[in-house]
Amino acid sequence: MPTTPPPFDEEEDASRADVSGEIRLPATLEGAGPLPDRAEVVIVGGGVVGLAIAYNLARRGLADVVVIERGYLAEGASGRNGGGVRQQWSTELNIRLMQESVDLCRRFAVDLGVNVWFRQGGYLFLARTAREVARLDKNIAIQNRCGVPTRMLEPGKARDIVPELDLTGIVAAAYNPTDGILFPWPFLWGYARQAAAHGVRIFTQTPVGGLEPQKGGGYLVHTPRGAVRARRLINATGAWSPRLAQMIGVHVPTYPIRHEICSSEPLKPFLRPMVSELTSGLYCSQSMRGEIVGGVTIPGHGSTYGMGSTLEFLATYARRLVRLMPILGEIKVLRQWAGPYDQSPDGNPILGAAPGHPDFFLACGFVGHGFMMAPIVGKLYGEWLTGGEPHEIFARYTLGRFSGGAPPVPEKEDFNIG
Amino acid sequence: MAGKIVLCRCEDVTLADLEHCVSRGYQDIEEVKRYTGFGTGPCQGKECLAAVASQLALLTDQSPAAIPPFTSRPPLAPTPLRLLARDPGAHRFADDPDSERSS
Repeated sequence: MPTTPPPFDEEEDASRADVSGEIRLPATLEGAGPLPDRAEVVIVGGGVVGLAIAYNLARRGLADVVVIERGYLAEGASGRNGGGVRQQWSTELNIRLMQESVDLCRRFAVDLGVNVWFRQGGYLFLARTAREVARLDKNIAIQNRCGVPTRMLEPGKARDIVPELDLTGIVAAAYNPTDGILFPWPFLWGYARQAAAHGVRIFTQTPVGGLEPQKGGGYLVHTPRGAVRARRLINATGAWSPRLAQMIGVHVPTYPIRHEICSSEPLKPFLRPMVSELTSGLYCSQSMRGEIVGGVTIPGHGSTYGMGSTLEFLATYARRLVRLMPILGEIKVLRQWAGPYDQSPDGNPILGAAPGHPDFFLACGFVGHGFMMAPIVGKLYGEWLTGGEPHEIFARYTLGRFSGGAPPVPEKEDFNIG
Repeated sequence: MAGKIVLCRCEDVTLADLEHCVSRGYQDIEEVKRYTGFGTGPCQGKECLAAVASQLALLTDQSPAAIPPFTSRPPLAPTPLRLLARDPGAHRFADDPDSERSS
């Protein structure tokens, strides 16, 4: 005799979805309401740098913080980058910062309660000329001194790591197994959610219309949602930083450079490290979603806020990538997009208060690497603005260095690849 | 039930996923795309965008006309790298065998 199945219990689904605990939390983002009248710190820019600072201030007890984002979270470069996190830099200061950032990335899922799909598959930089090898050699010596285990490989050894490589023309490779990649979007949501849980208020779709310096310090920040009086203001608007600074007459000498990037159909995991060749700035990695994500640097393009996509990019990327890994010729590109690098004159970020404007702080000029630096820069900013000793970066990476200002001038960073 | 209504087949995004996303405050169609992953698979939104937008309109009490489509990304259809690599507009670097302009 056929038995009738029991009635389907739809409630089960709802309770299962609720197990995450997330649904019971209040919304991370503010609705359509007005800004508060005042805040101890107003951070302009809802990208990874601004949110990392907000989170670190709040967890150290300074929760009277408002984040103002012109569009939606991750609308700028934070949502448009390749998710690379590396320690292969050319100056000791940047190498040491990135060592700490990688440590923070390793703990991020536990600390922030969100899966950011971080994977340490290493970074493999390929050299095609003796000059490129010399450049890598010089950097490796500094990295090793800092404790980063980068090593120079013969081309054949590089193929042990990535068997799909065509070694024609490759003379050597620099490999650090502890570099990695992550998925940028959840990183922002993690910071935003934890910051909001600590009391930070995050307003999206809120452009800043003007900054009015106040007697006794601070700024009145005008927006379509009303004005908020900020005792201190942090400019974390990435490539748009010069524009915000201009509102109070501060010149920030960075400029936007459009970089294009694309993503493929998902493939079974096969590619462990991020692969990059110095000659073209080609880079590609396989995300935890299985997609091949990568780009190439086409020289000679001017400064622009335009974020359009070009066939020239896709053709150049395809040509270089298929040459380097011929087996990838059959995989399909699903989408391409672009994001702005905030290009600084010496390749290093700009941090700390603007000269003559002690309540106007900068966190910009990251040259396409703000995402990987945000965890440590956010932490150091949070420590400093809650009464801790300022880290060396706030003395070295000043805006004043470009106007012949206070020494010490940092070493030029020349390894802004990919 | 919402957990069984699939809005985006490529990325397995359900109505329950959308409801959760909206409850967190992520209500812009671009935010919804990033938070849920809808529209990032092989169809790039061609199948799912209207379905998600209509449900988003209901959940956020907006008229569908107030919800613009998310930015459409090239290429129009999934395209193999080997075809793109043959495009004559590719930039030539110094080491390219048939380099005409060098970088």
